[in-house]
Amino acid sequence: MSSRPELQAPPEIFYDDTEARKYTSSSRIAAIQTELSERALELLALPDDGVPRLLLDIGCGSGLSGETITESGHQWIGLDISHSMLNVALENEVEGDLLLGDMGQGLALRPGVIDGAISISAVQWLCNADKSSHEPRLRLKAFFGSLYRCLARGARAVLQVYPENLAQRELILSYAMRSGFAGGVVVDYPHSTKKRKEYLVLTCGPPSLSTAVPSGKVEDGESCSEDESSEDEENQMICISDRHRPRKKQKINKKGKGREWVLRKKQQMRKKGNVVPPDTKYTARKRKARF
Amino acid sequence: MLSSNIKGVSNGFPLKIEVEKVVEKQVEINHDFLRNIFQKIDWKAFFDASKVMGFAELPEQAPEPSVLESDLDFLRKFHHALLELHLEEGALVCPETGRKFPVNKGIPNMLLHEDEV
Repeated sequence: MSSRPELQAPPEIFYDDTEARKYTSSSRIAAIQTELSERALELLALPDDGVPRLLLDIGCGSGLSGETITESGHQWIGLDISHSMLNVALENEVEGDLLLGDMGQGLALRPGVIDGAISISAVQWLCNADKSSHEPRLRLKAFFGSLYRCLARGARAVLQVYPENLAQRELILSYAMRSGFAGGVVVDYPHSTKKRKEYLVLTCGPPSLSTAVPSGKVEDGESCSEDESSEDEENQMICISDRHRPRKKQKINKKGKGREWVLRKKQQMRKKGNVVPPDTKYTARKRKARF
Repeated sequence: MLSSNIKGVSNGFPLKIEVEKVVEKQVEINHDFLRNIFQKIDWKAFFDASKVMGFAELPEQAPEPSVLESDLDFLRKFHHALLELHLEEGALVCPETGRKFPVNKGIPNMLLHEDEV
């Protein structure tokens, strides 16, 4: 990721009037946001009894994710630090309640009133120190602490994040755990660089059976879940060291790479979440000479 | 939505409301939601808040939860005070420190200064 917005300016400055308008009018961003928030709501696993809940949308921006909540019939409160984004949300006449605030200063909400929280691409902003008074660790602590307090017991929070690197992800997760949350990371499309999405699924209260982390999405339906601690980290460490190992020169015989090689490659691309044509009898067949 | 009544700062609840302008918006009534939210509301704070906003038809004492099942008139009033009254312009005042959080266009500004963190 070459141009992370976090590295350019603090959120309240980066999302100024023009950027807020650009963000909201882009149909691509809107589609991604909707998809992300639908998935987040799915992971939130609210009981399906038709009772509207009071949800919190952290970093609601212009209310793109809030609209998904409204569609599913819940009430929501949106929090954002950017005034311009909230103005756009007002213009779009979103259903939810808007609140201008900084999540790093803690959420000013009464304990136990919120039935669930979602956050789309917001928490990684906390890892940046934009002012001299900002200390990412303290801000993460304040955020997760106050989030824990304002959630009802047993409520879930689903935070979709784009951590910059492994250390950042570890940092976010460790502060979430320290505040008393149980849960872990759900990774959708773990093999893809672009479609890969990470969700922190946190549950208020002590770990129990009901707090088991749901599994992530993979293109061909097989599930892939990872816990924050165990084998996943090791796997990734191996991956990194693999990259630096000198590659053996690939042998290419005269006949080409063969059908198995093509099938394997296609499987790999499928795992990444790319659209791959189906395997047929024509796959990797040699063309006739007259072609 | 009047949510100021269910919001507090860590060092003080409830926030007092200073009203400059209140608007009313029609919202569809949803009984399930009202029953769900009713248990979470601090009735005294809610009563005070709705009085400041110019709606004084609520009972001063918190009614029994059973009222929610039967009394449609009360439900309507509760719904009106909770969801249809919006504080458009004004301020929320912290009862302990007197710190004012201005409300513009219905959005409370809860940003703290650096020295208040």
